[in-house]
Amino acid sequence: MRRKSFTRAIGTLLLIALPLLLAGCGSALMDSKGQVGHEQTRLILIAFGLMLLVVIPVIGMTLWFAVRYRRSSKHATYYPDWSHSNAIEVVVWLIPCVIIAILATLTWKTSHSLDPHKPLESDVAPMEIQVVSLDWKWLFIYPEQGIATVNEVAFPKDVPVRFRVTSGSVMNSFFIPRLGSQIYAMAGMDNDLHLIANEEGIYPGRSTNYSGAGFAGMTFKAHATSEDGFDDWVAQVRESQKTLTFPEQYNALARPTQDVPVEYFSEISPNLYEDIIRSFRTGREADNAPDRQAHAPMNAEAAE
Amino acid sequence: MFGKLSLESIPYHEPIIMGTVAAIVLGAVLLIGGITYFKKWQYLWSEWITSVDHKKLGIMYFLVALVMLVRGFADAIMMRSQQALAAGGAEGFLPPHHYDQIFTAHGVIMIFFVAMPMVIGLMNLVVPLQIGARDVAFPFLNNLSFWLFAAGVVLVNLSLFIGEFAKTGWLAYAPLSGINYSPDVGVDYWIWALQISGIGTTLTGINFFVTILKMRTRGMTMFRMPIFTWTSLCANVLIIASFPILTATIAMLTLDRYFGMHFFTNDFGGNMMMYVNLIWAWGHPEVYILILPAFGVFSEVVATFSRKRLFGYTTMVWATVCITVLSFIVWLHHFFTMGAGANVNAFFGIATMIIAIPTGVKIFNWLFTMYRGSIQFTSPVLWTLGFIVTFTLGGMTGVMLAVPGANFVLHNTLFVIAHFHNVIIGGVVFGMMAGLTYWFPKAFGFTLDEKWGKRSFWCWIIGFYMAFMPLYVLSFFGASRRMQSYANADWQPMMIVAWVGAVIIMAGIACTVIQLYISVRDRKKHVDVTGDPWDARTFEWATSSPAPFYNFAHLPTVNSIDGFWEDKQKNGAEALLSHGPYEDIHMPKNTVAGPVMGILSIALGFALVWHIWWLAAVSGAGIFIAFLMRVFNDDIDYYVPAAEVERIEREHRERWVRRDELEHTNRVEVRA
Repeated sequence: MRRKSFTRAIGTLLLIALPLLLAGCGSALMDSKGQVGHEQTRLILIAFGLMLLVVIPVIGMTLWFAVRYRRSSKHATYYPDWSHSNAIEVVVWLIPCVIIAILATLTWKTSHSLDPHKPLESDVAPMEIQVVSLDWKWLFIYPEQGIATVNEVAFPKDVPVRFRVTSGSVMNSFFIPRLGSQIYAMAGMDNDLHLIANEEGIYPGRSTNYSGAGFAGMTFKAHATSEDGFDDWVAQVRESQKTLTFPEQYNALARPTQDVPVEYFSEISPNLYEDIIRSFRTGREADNAPDRQAHAPMNAEAAE
Repeated sequence: MFGKLSLESIPYHEPIIMGTVAAIVLGAVLLIGGITYFKKWQYLWSEWITSVDHKKLGIMYFLVALVMLVRGFADAIMMRSQQALAAGGAEGFLPPHHYDQIFTAHGVIMIFFVAMPMVIGLMNLVVPLQIGARDVAFPFLNNLSFWLFAAGVVLVNLSLFIGEFAKTGWLAYAPLSGINYSPDVGVDYWIWALQISGIGTTLTGINFFVTILKMRTRGMTMFRMPIFTWTSLCANVLIIASFPILTATIAMLTLDRYFGMHFFTNDFGGNMMMYVNLIWAWGHPEVYILILPAFGVFSEVVATFSRKRLFGYTTMVWATVCITVLSFIVWLHHFFTMGAGANVNAFFGIATMIIAIPTGVKIFNWLFTMYRGSIQFTSPVLWTLGFIVTFTLGGMTGVMLAVPGANFVLHNTLFVIAHFHNVIIGGVVFGMMAGLTYWFPKAFGFTLDEKWGKRSFWCWIIGFYMAFMPLYVLSFFGASRRMQSYANADWQPMMIVAWVGAVIIMAGIACTVIQLYISVRDRKKHVDVTGDPWDARTFEWATSSPAPFYNFAHLPTVNSIDGFWEDKQKNGAEALLSHGPYEDIHMPKNTVAGPVMGILSIALGFALVWHIWWLAAVSGAGIFIAFLMRVFNDDIDYYVPAAEVERIEREHRERWVRRDELEHTNRVEVRA
């Protein structure tokens, strides 16, 4: 009777688990829109499958042994002093070793092929977008176009993008789940991440590294456009009246705000990104870093 | 006079906090009133607070851990409720200011003030008995460790109603935890609570390391030690090697915050990446400090209840040692996305995976211990089976996170949350519950109620899967951790399922509380007169239950790994009893210095948090003076006369002889 209830409970657990697994199919991770993401999906599935080779037998053996050798069982053999077998020891060391050897090879290869710093292979020349995490919004700088935006980024599909990533404040992590890898944004550091979109669309992006009160709203939209679409978008940004000069207007923008709407800047200081990085090397933060206590409750409207 | 402290520091306007505070104050008044009414202060003081008895300290650790489990769980259920509500523009009931403190407090409390004291409590209770010692190597330090830990607990709870707690996440990453970005006292509470309790933990590590190496009984060579003792030894090696890193890292953060230094600031050459590296250089070994003793518990439980020798003892030991060493060279896997080069990432990824090999071997060894055994389905066995299944899954997701290429999309999402709860609940919590049930009779002399124990298990395991499987799924949709609210309303149904799971876990905790109550109520029915209720294999069961304060009338002599089991096979029930003539037993005396230094540490920590410098100076000096007085006190030990030992042992024998009769009358009494 106990055996039945045990099996039934396990069955119920599996039934609960099944729809959860199915639900994952249309997810950002399983239905990626870029080459990097695709490779990562495949990597995850291969690693998952390899490990199931051990995990399923282990779980099966656990339940089977538990039921088979229960004390009330009349048929099971019982050897109280049996505690060693060279054959079994060899097998239990060998199986994990083989699986891990395969996984390690896979890891070595993919750590290099999926290295975020590695430029993507493509016939098209890559474009550079500079990303600055601020409290609590994302600043995107287009050095070639001389424009900047807040909480919206656009790039043409099938063009590899080199994101250079830094922070004007605490640590954040720059992540567009539909496209693949994320990378940390850190003050005074010039990090980079290569991504590509192979389908047009609007993909949500966000910081995944907790950065304070406005963290939940630290999201942005990434537009993967057609080539013409991108030109239109740039033109639209250029129509904006706003400019972004360093340090005055930048410092105003850097003040802590939450749930910030999209903003466009038609003109920016040259070398804005480099200036932001350099500002932390000269010890300016003490007068620059805003007192969060005083500004925390401020919302986007008040900042404008 | 009061530094930064003023009446405004008390959050009157927060109804949730004030309600909690009212409940705590009421509870404290009832407790203190009860102790006074029943005139129990003298008893508490001499039998518990000043006690250096490792078994009592173990019980106190576990008691505090259970109380803090409720506190930490209250945080958990608030987080799950908030995320179940705050979808698609809704703000939920917790603003960021409050929510951010809650997830920080949840992590800090569950790791430092629930999991750690459970593990250390169990080590305290069991290790000296398993190695046939009368106490630990440094009994006073052991008492001091407990009170320093308790001081940390008090500071964390004080932050609830005086000031606030950190809003930084449980590891307080710089520069967010620096003075520029966290100017309030929250991070200071975090600093001093961890610093004070961390010193206690380091002392425990040294204490048990020395105890296990130097105080084993006759014949107990290293390779005859029970596996729980082995895993404890390795955990203590990890404590000794890793906790100083935590202490130093927090000390540097303290210098940044209090003296305007620049170890981890954004500017003046500070390096936040160094902070992240250092904190994880401690943090990764820390998770093995928790899980290794849990592995030890499962090894004891599975062998005892399969009534069979542990399969592959030597392999088990070497696997543990491998894990101990490897745990120090994998810390970088917590931040592959920081941007290290491909070679560095690959190295740490592969090093991490290699840990899966000894861990996998351990799992196979438990399985082959059950194989051809005679398994009794007690609640510790259920916890063990639940552990093997759950931990295997958690290990799998852990290896997935260890592949840098995959980690780049899984990191910082709910996948990480689901993974580490998968291994910490499935491993540490299940292990501690199994250990609690298994060794409870050795501490109290009666076993725990099985019915409620099993109910607790089923609630925990079903609740766990319901609470955390949805988080794995949500992570595939790019759901980040630590979100106070989220725009995507599609995530809400999964969040609600997770909330239901948390409620079921709450029922599991309630079952444990009921289990404890019922077991104490019916203690006569569950009484253990033999000292060996499970027909077990190691020497802690060779003495009476509860173990006498001197542990063994004669320290046992060990001839093999399962020495006690073989003793029983050879000598039958006589193996459970001691025989005269008895000798005087040398024992340590109680200490006042431990609790005094603990209380002064609370004052010191509180003063430093609020910059009340005069109080810091006074309490710091007080600690030093108490320490000196202890150091120059030579009256720290005494002898238990042989006649007293004989009396206690005779009582045990008489109870044992009349055991059938006793058990019969008890049952009749209970029924009536």
